[in-house]
Amino acid sequence: MQQDLEVERVTKRYGIQTAVDALSLSVAHGSFFSILGPSGCGKTTLLRIVAGFLVPDDGDVWIGGRSMRGVAPNRRPVNMVFQHLALFPMMTVGENVGYGLARRGAARAEIAGRVDAMLKRVGLPGAQDKRVDQLSGGQRQRVAIARSLVLEPALLLLDEPLGALDLKLREHMKIELKQLQADFGTTFVYITHDQSEALVLSDHVAVMNAGRFEQVGTPQELYYQPRTPFVAGFVGANNRVAGRAVRIDGDGVELATADGLAVRARMSGTIAAGDAVEAFVRPEVVHLAREAAELPSLAQRFSGRVESLLFDGANSAVLVREERTHAEIRIALPQTGRFADLEVREKVAFGFEPQRAVCFRAGSHGS
Amino acid sequence: MAAETAVGIAAPRARLALLLLLAPALVWLVGLIVLPHLELAVLSLRARVAPRVYELSLGQYRTFIDEPLYWHTFVRTAGISILATVCTLLIAFPAAWYIAKLARGRARSVLFVLCLIPFWVSETVRTLGWMILLRESGVLPRVLVDLGITPAPIEMLYHDATILAGLVYTSLLFMVVPLVSALESLDDSLIEAAYDLGGTGWSILRQIVVPHAAPGIAAGSIVVFMLTLGNYLTPTLLGGKNSLWFTEQIYTQFITRFNWEQGAAFGFLLLVLSTAIVWLGLKLTGQHFGDVMRRS
Repeated sequence: MQQDLEVERVTKRYGIQTAVDALSLSVAHGSFFSILGPSGCGKTTLLRIVAGFLVPDDGDVWIGGRSMRGVAPNRRPVNMVFQHLALFPMMTVGENVGYGLARRGAARAEIAGRVDAMLKRVGLPGAQDKRVDQLSGGQRQRVAIARSLVLEPALLLLDEPLGALDLKLREHMKIELKQLQADFGTTFVYITHDQSEALVLSDHVAVMNAGRFEQVGTPQELYYQPRTPFVAGFVGANNRVAGRAVRIDGDGVELATADGLAVRARMSGTIAAGDAVEAFVRPEVVHLAREAAELPSLAQRFSGRVESLLFDGANSAVLVREERTHAEIRIALPQTGRFADLEVREKVAFGFEPQRAVCFRAGSHGS
Repeated sequence: MAAETAVGIAAPRARLALLLLLAPALVWLVGLIVLPHLELAVLSLRARVAPRVYELSLGQYRTFIDEPLYWHTFVRTAGISILATVCTLLIAFPAAWYIAKLARGRARSVLFVLCLIPFWVSETVRTLGWMILLRESGVLPRVLVDLGITPAPIEMLYHDATILAGLVYTSLLFMVVPLVSALESLDDSLIEAAYDLGGTGWSILRQIVVPHAAPGIAAGSIVVFMLTLGNYLTPTLLGGKNSLWFTEQIYTQFITRFNWEQGAAFGFLLLVLSTAIVWLGLKLTGQHFGDVMRRS
C-alpha cells in the first residue's frame, strides 16, 4: 500500500531540550492517523515539521513519495487546519475557500465552480457571501476544512481543531470529521491531547511522550494491549498499582505494594522477581458484588468499603477503598441497575481476572 | 425604601461629579478650540471699510483665488504633505512589522524607545540639528567632498527633498505606534495559513496583512498628514524663504502684514483642505472614521 507520509528519524532540538527525538512514522493512503500526547510532548513540533514551518535538525519527511527537504510550506502537497482555524476575517466564506485556488492562478469561473461544489459537499451550500463572523463554531470548522480540501492535498494536517469548541459541539464535530474523512478519502493526520477524540476518529493512533512514540497501533490495540505504562495510564481510565514483583509464573506476575496488597496480573515485556513494577487494571474489568461468593470463580478477590459514588450516566463508577491496605480503586458500575442503591461506607467485595490486568516493569518505554 | 432614598440623593451627586471630571476637557474644547474658531470665522468674513467700521464680505476668499501665489502655495503644501505621509508609511511599516512580529522581550522595548528618543529633544533643536548637518559648511557636504563624491561642498538645505526628509523624520513615531498596535493584533496563524494555502510574501502582504492593518494605517496617516500640513517650523527652517508652506502665509498675514482678516480666511481654508483630504482618503480606502479613531 502506498504511504502518503513517511517521517524518517526526524529530530528537532530547542537548545538543550529535544522536542522530537529521532522519530519515524508512516501513514498509509486514505487513513486517519492521530498523534496523541499530553501538551509539551512535541506533537505540535512534529506537525509543523511535516507542514514545513519548522526545519528538522536531522532526518527527512517524504510526502507522496517525494522528499520534502528544502520545500517551502506553500509548495508542499499538504494543507493544515489550524488550532483556531485561522479563517481570514477580511474575506467572505467564498473567498476563504477560493484563496488557495486563486493563488494557484485558477480562472475566476473555475474557482467559483469548485468553491460552490466544495461548500455543497461540506454541507454549507450557498454560504459564499457570508462573512466569517456570521458562522457558528461548527460551520467555521467546515469552512476551514473545505478551504484545505478544495486544493486536493495528499495530506491534511489537523492541529487540535476541536480544542476551542464546547463539549456538545465537540462530540458532534468528531462524528462529522470522521464522516468527512471517509467521504473525501484524503489522508488525515490529526494531533490531539484528547484520548477520546483519537480513539473515536482514528484508524491508527501514535501515543507520543517526551519527543518519542510510546506505541503506534489501532485504538483497540492501544486500549486492550498497551505496551508501556505510559500508554496504559494515558489511554482510557485505569487504576495504577505500583509495587515489587514477588513471583513470576509463566506470563503471570504477582506483585506486592508497599502496603502489602497482593495483586496478580498479566506480564508485558520482561520482568524478573524483585523488579519494581506497575500494574494497570481498567475500571470496567473489575467485578463488583455485595457478597464475595457472587464474584466469578477465576477472579482474585478483595473486600472494601465504598468511598464515593461517581455518577456520570453510562460512565458511572465508584471509588472503593480496600479494607486491609486502604488502597483506592475505581470500579465501573454495570448498567443493570443492580447497584443503583449503593451507598457510601457500604461494604462490598470486588475482584478481577489476572489475565485482564497488565503489569510492566516500572519506567519502561516504547522502542 | 432606604435604598431608594440613597439612590435619589446619589444620582444628582454622581451627575455633578461627572460634570466636574469633564470640566477641564469641556473648557479646553469650548474655550480653546470652538470659540477661537468662531471668532476666526467672523474675522474672515468681514472687510474694513473705514476705521472701526466693518461689513460682511467674501473679499478675503476672493483674494485667495485671484492671487496665484496663494493657491499655488496651498496646492503645493497639500501635495508635499501627502507625499510626506506616504513616505512615512513606507518607512514606518517595516519598522512596525519588526517591532510587532519579530522582536521579542527586551529588544522590543529598546526599539520602541529608539523611536521615542528624538522626541525628548525640542522640535526646534532637532530641526537646527538637521541644519548643522545639511548646510553648505555643514557635516554632510564636507563628508561628501572628503569622499570625493562632490568636488565642492553643496548646499543641501532649502530643497523640497530636505523639507520632505525633515517632515518624515518628525512624523515617524506617530505612524509607528498605530501600526505596531494594528499589526500586533494580527494572528500569526493567519499568515501561516495563507502561506500554507500557497500564498507568497507579496500576496499575503496585500491580501491579509494590509487589510487587517488598514484602520491602523489610516489612523497613522491621518495623524501624520494633519501634523505635516499644520507644521510651521520644519518647512520654514529647512526650506528657507522659498519653502512656500501655507502655514507660513498664515503667519505672514497675522504677524507681518497685520491683516488678521486675510489670515483668518487662510486658516479656515487650511481647515477645509485637511478635512476634505482626510475624508477623500477614507472614502478611497473604504475606511470608517469611527473604526480608525478607535485604533489610534
